[in-house]
Amino acid sequence: MQEKFILGNEAVVEGALVAGCRFFSGYPITPSSEIAEAFSRELPKLGGVFLQMEDEIGAMGVIVGAALTGHKTITATSGPGFSLKQETLGFASFTEIPCVVVNVQRGGPSTGLPTMASQADLMQSRWGTHGEHPIIVLSPSSVQECFKYTITAFNLAEEFRTPVIFLMDEIIGHLREKVRIYDETEVEIINREKPQVPPEEYTVYKDGDKLVPPLASYGTGYRYHITGLAHNRHGLPSFSSETVIKLSERLHDKINKNLDKISIYNEFFMEDAEIVIVAYGSTTRSAISAADILRKKHGKKVGVFQLVTVWPFPYAKIDEFNSMKEIVVPEMSLGQLRGELEKQIINAKEKLIGVNRIDGYMITPDEIIEKTLRGVK
Amino acid sequence: MTKENIVLKYLRKEMDFPNVWCPGCGHGIVLTALVRAIAKTGWTKDEIVMVSGIGCSSRAPAYLDFHTLHTLHGRAIPFATGVKLGNPKLKVIVITGDGDGTAIGGNHFIHVCRRNIDLTVILFNNNIYGMTGGQYSPTTPSEAYSVTTPFGNIDRPFDISKVAEAAGATFVARSTAFHAAALENYIYKGFQHKGIAIIEAMTQCPTCYGRKNELKDGVAMMKWFKDHSISKAKFKKLSSESPESIDPDDIVTGIFVERDDIPEYIESYQNIVNSLLNREG
Ligand SMILES: Cc1ncc(C[n+]2csc(CCOP(=O)(O)OP(=O)(O)O)c2C)c(N)n1
Ligand code: SF4
Ligand SMILES: [Mg+2]
Repeated sequence: MQEKFILGNEAVVEGALVAGCRFFSGYPITPSSEIAEAFSRELPKLGGVFLQMEDEIGAMGVIVGAALTGHKTITATSGPGFSLKQETLGFASFTEIPCVVVNVQRGGPSTGLPTMASQADLMQSRWGTHGEHPIIVLSPSSVQECFKYTITAFNLAEEFRTPVIFLMDEIIGHLREKVRIYDETEVEIINREKPQVPPEEYTVYKDGDKLVPPLASYGTGYRYHITGLAHNRHGLPSFSSETVIKLSERLHDKINKNLDKISIYNEFFMEDAEIVIVAYGSTTRSAISAADILRKKHGKKVGVFQLVTVWPFPYAKIDEFNSMKEIVVPEMSLGQLRGELEKQIINAKEKLIGVNRIDGYMITPDEIIEKTLRGVK
Repeated sequence: MTKENIVLKYLRKEMDFPNVWCPGCGHGIVLTALVRAIAKTGWTKDEIVMVSGIGCSSRAPAYLDFHTLHTLHGRAIPFATGVKLGNPKLKVIVITGDGDGTAIGGNHFIHVCRRNIDLTVILFNNNIYGMTGGQYSPTTPSEAYSVTTPFGNIDRPFDISKVAEAAGATFVARSTAFHAAALENYIYKGFQHKGIAIIEAMTQCPTCYGRKNELKDGVAMMKWFKDHSISKAKFKKLSSESPESIDPDDIVTGIFVERDDIPEYIESYQNIVNSLLNREG
């Protein structure tokens, strides 16, 4: 273990390297560029690959292609670039190619507020690509969590053969904090499963078998086809209803039936809480100090529920909050997270309190306290 | 042994035949030339990765028993770049079309030429978007008809080989489906080349292009290639002696660029890695 005083963006790089990632491709964009810059310094020293592409679409294709050679791969971007990556993200999801995509959220839409924070890509991270697809999205609230959960992002990508989106925000990306950097012997590292069968028996998936099929690396004797078309177990195009339905079911099941491994959240002061603040990313920090003050100064039993895994959404956990008097949802958007909670909370209109900001500035503890005390009006 | 058997050796047995292509389509001829060129290299199936975008041409890899990766419209080059950088020992071949490679994927096309990474790109140029039913592409000739140029094309076409050369490609060649033997030879030379190799294969789409432009079938279009192709040497000679005798529609064929004085990208990258590793150790 080693202590460092670094940016959130730099901690992502530290985490990726510990996770075993040796491959980055990207295109510069504020506020994510420090990630590319750190990789360009570190990867060549480790014999890894850094490539700055001509655009974000290209970078996304590069990391998906490289993942097929056995590499753990990553790209990093922000809003406009994240939009450009969407088509390829869908490809990676549908063809089950692991990779990590960092989106350091900035104010949008369009070029928006390039140097300021936002959490308005929450829905884009779930539904940005066309069609129905499963996805895993993690979000850190500190520099330490950038390190820790970047490793988790790679582990989940490898274990479930899926792209994982690391949804940061400008505040966390540019925050400088002390972090403990563990080496690969001190943390859990998961590597994708390789096929155990001889090449002639290998298929890209098997019907009625495991939810996550093994992935053979190019050049290891296993030859198969990959296509973004609906495909059968040989990876070849097939549009039969049975094949299409089964494939979609399996892809969703591999995520939805493994929520115990995928769904990560942190709880603060929740034991006796009557009011819960639900938050993720940098907003969690304000939520925790607001809860602390609300308890100490105002005698309110307030707890904080931090979503680390924002997608798949923890509906079952949220369901428990139906017993709460109030549910406060601070977010740097017009209410995307609140909207998702509404699906699970009975009488949502009488319980959910939004604390929203869209001008690029952080939501302060005071804003949360004020709204909490005012209640649903 | 006949040449046909060589191709059969590389076909994927799980794939459904007949293939997706229309009768008279030139894509099968280009694919055959490509497979014959591969057979000459002595490469094993396990070291070959074939990456394509989206289009009729991009359907080719699925028929072959290699590592085959059918990606997204315009994006074959980035995926292939990732594969090559991920494992430089692999022989990475890109299959793309005029639409796939020079419209939606045009940015990647010029940059891969500039980057000079060791890939072989076979661009199936049929002057049309075949797969989507015959809309005009960046290589549809001026005045030609297509389903989206019902009054004739007012755009000017790209000369893809010239674009590749201008963008810095270190191997550029062009031939046609009629000249399949030359095409095979150029592809083979492209494989031998260290760095980016662009082979532009003129191929016919009777269904979408021919039908609209008084070339009624594949045979008529092949004949057109035969009558309207002119070698690089002949073109040069005529240009100085009697430029007026050159038909502007003629296709110039040959190897246009073949140079080994530009460092290959992965080698340059590896040099940096090696110097850093030496410094550390
Ligand atoms: C992003 C995107 N835009 C459009 C399409 C529709 N599309 C599929 S193939 C194609 C054109 C293919 O033309 P070309 O590359 O010349 O191949 P050909 O079919 O002529 O061999 C288009 C426009 C698509 N699949 N994806
Ligand atoms: S539409 Fe044209 S390019 Fe496509 S298969 Fe038919 S003839 Fe070939
Ligand atoms: Mg075409």
